[in-house]
Amino acid sequence: MTRINLTVDGAKVSDDVEPRTLLVHYLRETLGKTGTVVGCDTSNCGACTVHLDGKSVKSCNVLAVQADGADVTTIEGLAQDGELHPVQAAFHECHALQCGYCTPGMIMQSVDLLKDNPNPSEDEIRVGLEGNLCRCTGYHNIVRAVQTAAAGASEGGQA
Amino acid sequence: MIPAQFDYAAPTSVEEALALLAEHGDEAKVIAGGQSLLPVLRMRLNAPGIVVDLGRIEGLSGVRDDGDVLTVGAMTTHAEMLGNPLVAEHAALVTKAVHHLADAQIRHRGTFGGALAHADPAGDMGAPALALDAEFVIAGQSGVRTVPASDFFVDLFETAIGEDELLVGVRLPKHTGWGAHYEKFVRVAHQWPIVAVAATVKAEGGTITEARVGLTNMGSTPLRATAVEQALTGQPATEETVRAAAASAADGTAPPSDLNGDSDYRRHLATVLTRRAVLAAAGG
Repeated sequence: MTRINLTVDGAKVSDDVEPRTLLVHYLRETLGKTGTVVGCDTSNCGACTVHLDGKSVKSCNVLAVQADGADVTTIEGLAQDGELHPVQAAFHECHALQCGYCTPGMIMQSVDLLKDNPNPSEDEIRVGLEGNLCRCTGYHNIVRAVQTAAAGASEGGQA
Repeated sequence: MIPAQFDYAAPTSVEEALALLAEHGDEAKVIAGGQSLLPVLRMRLNAPGIVVDLGRIEGLSGVRDDGDVLTVGAMTTHAEMLGNPLVAEHAALVTKAVHHLADAQIRHRGTFGGALAHADPAGDMGAPALALDAEFVIAGQSGVRTVPASDFFVDLFETAIGEDELLVGVRLPKHTGWGAHYEKFVRVAHQWPIVAVAATVKAEGGTITEARVGLTNMGSTPLRATAVEQALTGQPATEETVRAAAASAADGTAPPSDLNGDSDYRRHLATVLTRRAVLAAAGG
């Protein structure tokens, strides 16, 4: 077992983990952060996307021990004081989901995308989300949600 | 899927890492960003006794201007390469190719050195490194040695890096002012190429004075299309001459056949993608 100390959604946590433990399993099974889901388990689908030190990663493709000392934000840490994050609100408003399974990862990657590029074109959104798969084929509304969040931010919101 | 059990070490210096590799021999596996290794471990295609994590070693990432070359730390992430102005100016072929490597999340974790050391023939960094005549800086317990790209890629997933050695950096000779393009053919987004072509071209007054062309996934290692390079030299950068030169792109190659396409199809793709890549490189 290896001792890890990290910050997850603003809270400091410390645990002994097997080195083979994947970050997504640590988040879900040790910390109970089941908002982050396992989709494909092959690092293709992006459903497990979280932010590691402010950058989006696929948490099924990171060892928990590699995250020692890091700051992790999951989908559960986006809303502040009961208010949805603007990207979450935009996904809700645009109905950017069908079954909803890809949604946590889509939102986390969209937040990362908008941080780097606050006013992306439709093409830039589609390329920026290429590592996130939606098997309901609901991409159109997802793209609209990202556009809506970007427009809201440019009008003085906080995305 | 969960990897088999392994021990874990996170050395804080290259020396400490080398000592671990010497101690554990072929039981040890080095992890850089882990974006290729972790899927392998999860699928249990490999089960090392110990994983040696380079992530805690200071000084292994970043791009440095060393006069005629850029020295890239092995742990520099793909995202850092994509946004680096020195790379864009002096090794534009890498910038063009890394843009097409996997997806944003993978580029945040995956590293330039890790991808090259992994030596997947379908990896997107090998052909650009080969085309730019990169030099690989390899550290061992007896010191540091440099291996040219032409000797680095040995076979499928096999490089000149010894069992007790570490790739610590890659030197990219500057190709300032050269046009560059990476033409990647994929069936679905963010996947490995069925075939890709890395082309960088020096052109003066519409004439190609020098050309470098690397091929991805056309054999067990990245390859140079030397016949194309020679045929392009001194030629005008027109559709007609580039098409004629690109016709020899698959000469001497033995590409694999798999579910994505058979060998003949890849040989055909190589000629088409080479034409597109060279024309785009010469135009920009």
